[in-house]
Formats: sequence, C-alpha cells, structure tokens
Amino acid sequence: MEMGWRWDFAIEILPKMAVATFNTILAAGVGYAIALVVGLFFLLGQRTPSKIINWINREIVEFIRSTPLLIQLFFVYFVLPQFGITLSAWVCGMITIGLHFGTYLSEVYRGALEGVSKTQWEACRALNFSTLYTYRRIVLPQAFPIAIPGMGNYLVGIFKDTPLLSTIGVAELFHAATAVGGYNYRYLEPYTIVGVIFLTLSIPAAMWVRKLEKDVNKAQGKIKK
Amino acid sequence: MTYFEFLNEHGVTLLLGTVTTVKVLVCSMILYVVISMIFGLMRLSKNLFIQGIATVYIEFFRGTSLLVQLFWAYYVLPFFGISLEAFTAGVVALGLNFGAYGAEIVRAGILAVPRGQWEAAHALNFTPSKRIKRIIIPQIFPIILPPAANLTVELLKATALVALVTVVDLTFEAKQINSITWLSAQCFGTALLIYYIMARFALVPFLRWLEVLAARKVGKEKI
Repeated sequence: MEMGWRWDFAIEILPKMAVATFNTILAAGVGYAIALVVGLFFLLGQRTPSKIINWINREIVEFIRSTPLLIQLFFVYFVLPQFGITLSAWVCGMITIGLHFGTYLSEVYRGALEGVSKTQWEACRALNFSTLYTYRRIVLPQAFPIAIPGMGNYLVGIFKDTPLLSTIGVAELFHAATAVGGYNYRYLEPYTIVGVIFLTLSIPAAMWVRKLEKDVNKAQGKIKK
Repeated sequence: MTYFEFLNEHGVTLLLGTVTTVKVLVCSMILYVVISMIFGLMRLSKNLFIQGIATVYIEFFRGTSLLVQLFWAYYVLPFFGISLEAFTAGVVALGLNFGAYGAEIVRAGILAVPRGQWEAAHALNFTPSKRIKRIIIPQIFPIILPPAANLTVELLKATALVALVTVVDLTFEAKQINSITWLSAQCFGTALLIYYIMARFALVPFLRWLEVLAARKVGKEKI
C-alpha cells in the first residue's frame, strides 16, 4: 500500500464526497429548523406560571443537556422500534438533534428575553397593551437581535455534530468517507477531505456569526445612546 | 427479563466502562487545561508569529468536527508512521479540540482582568513573566471557571465519542451489550443515567466547589 497522499484517488472520490456534503448541509439545516421550534416549546415550559411544569421542564432540559448526543441517537434509533415505532435513520437523527439542541436554544431565547429591560414591560403595562401585543411589537423585536449570535453559534455547532449521524447510518459526509475508506483500505484522503470541507464551510460561517455579533452590539449601543 | 436482572448481569460491565470513561475524562481534562493556558497566552502575544500559530491552531480545531479529528488521529496518523493506541488517540483528540475552545476562554479571561492591575504590576516593576504569573493568572480563575465548567461538562459528553475508535468505555459497553441482548432501552437508558449522574452529581458540584475556592482566593466571597 502506498503511504503518501494520492491525488488521483482524492480526485476520484471527490464527486461522491460532494454529494454527501449536500446531505450534511441538509441534515444540519433540517435539524436546526426542528431545534429552533423545540427550543420555543422548552421556553414556553419555562415561562408558564405553573411551578410543577417549570420544574419538570427544567429537569428534562438538564437531563438532555448533560448526556451525550451519541447515546441519545442510539437510544432513539434502537428503542423506538421496540415500541412499534420504526423510523428511518434520517428521521431519528433529525428528532434527536432537534431535541438536543432545542434545549440549548431555549437557553438562548431565555437570555434574550431577559436581556430586554424590565422598564419596557412596565411601559407597555402603563400604555395598557395586551400581553400578546407587548410580545409581538415591543419585546420580541428587541429580544431577537440579542438572540442572533447564540442562534448562529448553535447552527455552526449542529453542523459540526452531524458526523455523529453516520453512526446510525445516515448517509452524510462522514459516512461516505468511512464507506469509501473501508472499500479502498485508504483513510488518509477521505478523512482529510472531510476535514477540509468542514473547515471551508464552518470557518466562514463562524466569521459571519462573529460579524453578526459585532453588528448587534453596535446597533444596541446606538439604541442606548 | 426485569430491569433488576439486567443490572445484575450487565451492571459490572457497565461500571467497568464507566471507569474507563472517567479515566478518559481526567486525562483529557488535564491535557485541555494545559493547552488552553498555553494557547490562550500565545493568542495574546505581541509577537505576530506566535499569535499566528495560536490563531491557526484554534481556528483549525474549532472549525472541524471532533469526530473527524478523532478518526484522523486514529486511522490516518498511522499513514504517517505515528500509530497511537486508541486510548491515547482519544485523549489527544479530545484535549486538542477542547483546548482550542478553552484557549478562547483563557484569552477572554485575561482581557477581563482590570487594566489597573496590569498598570500596578508595571508600576511596581515586576518582570513581564512575573506580572502574568503572580498578578494576572491568579485573578483570571474566578472569571474563566464558569464558562470552563460548561466546557468541561461538554467534554464529559464528548468522551462518548472515543467509543467509536474502539476505546472500551461506557458507550462502547452499552453498544456491545445492545448488540448481544437487544435490550436497547435498558442498556442505553442505563448509560444515559450514568452519564447524567456523573455530570449532575459529581462533575458539576466539583466545578462549583472550584469556583467558590477561586473566588475566595482573590477575596471575593461567592454569594
């Protein structure tokens, strides 16, 4: 077996990797969309007046947050069929990623809502706005910019955790690399290409998030002045 | 098979796996703390070359997926004549990956130390190394420990990945038992519980204790 880097092999497998990259991006996008919605539900559970629901919600969030995504994936993938629910690897993966990162996003939402000054609420009370109107027109427009950097960070985070999906057989980038590597007994090129693809996608994304963060800070500074 | 029978039969195996997980956690924790300190300081260096190395390292390890790094360390490094044991490869990959995140925390912590402290140390004619070692570093701990605690819990969760490069840890054992018995709910459920207990009732209290200790050291009682 040749030891060094082989360009011909790298170029040969490149089309396959490109297709799989599309799957990775798709998985990250769908998982993120689910996580955004799940995060809203956890936020609701946190903000309902009922103390019991608050407590249950917090415990669930704590549990999901302090256990590994990998085992959660296995759990959903292997246990649900025993209860007669057979889902494809894709669906299992998306549900698990959505749940896992939903707990993180609920924290981002919470922080953003708490970042809106209390006096805004009081002013709305004084103006006799309804709660819904206050949220829609006053609080959310101010909370959203605060949440943007955190939300962006978790998009990048989900993207970097998608390789875990390969363990339950989702045909994303890492899965393709492992398959190609196993078939040809050469792991150097496939895994290196995966690394390069991840770098070229996530560094610009991270830079974009950092820029957003700066813009948000600047915009808020203007409001304060 | 009741859950009790399951525990009776496989509990010891899972516990042995847990011991390995703890070993991986402790080793990679030490490695990542050391790396974060070194690269966090390098990142603040005035020397552009040193700063560049640190930036490239941090961006590289934060930009790629941990799983990719792990597989690279285990399956690709042998191509270059470096064969690491699974355990070593796992610890090194975890340490390098989390070290990159930790370095950013250390950098932010150093920048958060009030300017007056730097100036006072300067005025008292401390050498630069003494300034960092005796004045700045002791003060960054109360600042960096809360985010570092979060990162360390993430590290515990990430140790599960070493199972994929054949380290026989808790996740590996759970997977193994699952493939023999197909009692998925029991074995993965138990594994989840063990990780949860480790995080919530051992690691987090330990890190909180460190936070209190660090706050007391600089004379700020934690409320």
